[in-house]
Amino acid sequence: MLNLSNISITFNEGTPDEKKALQRINLELKQGEFVTVIGSNGAGKSTLMNVISGNLAPDVGDVSIANNKVTFLPEYKRSTMIGRVFQDPMAGTAPSMTIEENLAMAYSRNKKRKLKLGVSKKRKEYFREYLTTLNLGLEDRLNAKVGLLSGGERQALSLLMATFTEPNILLLDEHTAALDPSRAELITKITQDVVQKFGLTTLMVTHNMQQALDLGNRLIMMDKGQIILDINGDKKQQLTIEDLLQEFKRIRGEQFESDRAVLG
Amino acid sequence: MLLSLFGAIESGIIYGIMALGVYLTFRVLDFPDLTVDGSFVTGAGVAAISIVNGVSPIVATMLAIIAGFIAGCITGLLHTKGKINALLSGILMMIALYSINLRIMASPTVSLLGESTIFRQLQPLWSAVGLDSFFNGILQLFGADRVPSTWVIVFFMIVVVLIIKFLTDYFLKTEVGLALRATGDNKRMIRSFSANTDNLIIVGVGISNAMVALSGALIAQHGGFADVQMGIGMIVIGLASVIIGEALFGKKTIAIATIAVIGGAVIYRIVVTLALRVDFLETGDMKLITAVLVIVALVAPKIMNARKEQKRRLRKRAELSTQIEEAS
Repeated sequence: MLNLSNISITFNEGTPDEKKALQRINLELKQGEFVTVIGSNGAGKSTLMNVISGNLAPDVGDVSIANNKVTFLPEYKRSTMIGRVFQDPMAGTAPSMTIEENLAMAYSRNKKRKLKLGVSKKRKEYFREYLTTLNLGLEDRLNAKVGLLSGGERQALSLLMATFTEPNILLLDEHTAALDPSRAELITKITQDVVQKFGLTTLMVTHNMQQALDLGNRLIMMDKGQIILDINGDKKQQLTIEDLLQEFKRIRGEQFESDRAVLG
Repeated sequence: MLLSLFGAIESGIIYGIMALGVYLTFRVLDFPDLTVDGSFVTGAGVAAISIVNGVSPIVATMLAIIAGFIAGCITGLLHTKGKINALLSGILMMIALYSINLRIMASPTVSLLGESTIFRQLQPLWSAVGLDSFFNGILQLFGADRVPSTWVIVFFMIVVVLIIKFLTDYFLKTEVGLALRATGDNKRMIRSFSANTDNLIIVGVGISNAMVALSGALIAQHGGFADVQMGIGMIVIGLASVIIGEALFGKKTIAIATIAVIGGAVIYRIVVTLALRVDFLETGDMKLITAVLVIVALVAPKIMNARKEQKRRLRKRAELSTQIEEAS
């Protein structure tokens, strides 16, 4: 479904601030695979997400989605195939517009936008029904401005908006990190449900190791722009946080102590 | 007094179209577009020079709309493709248009004296209906001694401005319109839902300036001339209309905001007209009056809200203390 081959990207090349953000990344995601990505700050996780979404173009290497090469396709064109939820609950919705208007915009993602009403009666019913699955009571507040919702509600709505056109790929960028524990749990649960329901091919970045272990069927660990660990299937099910730390220590022994705080 | 008020309402409604255009960029797209000062004159100039050269007033007005649309699109292009700051691209387009307008008009002023205009063409039709004497009769009943010579402009303009308002309301609810609003609200989000924000900005600024040019074309036909200087300070008048309208009539929904903006334009004209009748104020003071009006419209609602909040808090505190007294 998603194929990254030999992706490298360097920021500020030739200056003292030079940073090799991604180094020869090869990654293939099969249809329906749910991958969690962990790694310390600066490991290249966000850069990876931006390369996939089209926000950044790689220096070398290619990105293909469903066997189509999309390396240089601009973000707005690529996003017909990619759903994305950001870390910031403010980022995924338009605050001064209503819930139904936001849903209508997400609904037109993979269609050509026309000069017909965005929120028709028929769609309104569909949106209402769909919102009911969240169990947050949002279905009764279709005309409320999204700016009035709480962070958790907005993130749940963002998740719904990112997924209900069943994109080829779902990118989750630490989407529970800005929420309190109970809300984060709720969003995690909704994520699990929706990914399972549509069998979405998903890439989720997280700083929470337990979450990375609990969710998905494959785990990759990044460091210094490289994928240093890639575990899937049964092996992932048995993995513990201690295993991960041991593994990390084995591969990157020298700077383990400084990273322990970040990862733990 | 009555006649000058009447004139203020007439031109206020025409300026309302310009204010709607400013609303579209300033509020909906969150794009402070200063092209307005130039595109207003472009509209007036294109319409006037076309009419002088024998084009029918309706076609001349259409040409003005197209010219304004193109001017706006170029500003949008400068900003999106040229990556020039929004304010600066508007300013650049505004000064470029000053020269272009001079070229279009071939002289600093084009007079429409004795030429056909939309309003003059409508006059015979309107006279046949005979509503003038009816409305003037009503005015005279209330003791007016001098009455307006015709009501056709007011009525025609109300119809036109309402049509534009409803079209704008509808457009902003379509799929394209929603994407346009989201572009002003959260670019990153709408891009992740496959909207080309660059094109939306270009078209949005284009439509806005098409409205401004239409307003300019109608003002030229209403006043009987187009002048290359007539657009100076237009953006401030547009902003004043938007801000005054929103402060007085609210902005809860798009439908309310658009009518409020038109109302703001009319009220702005009335206030300026009244202010100029005050003895110690001169024509040159108009810009100062505008500035003061906008400041009042911006500050007054905040003060009023703060007062309201304070009263609410005081009331709550009073309630609480009586409850405590009753309990003890």
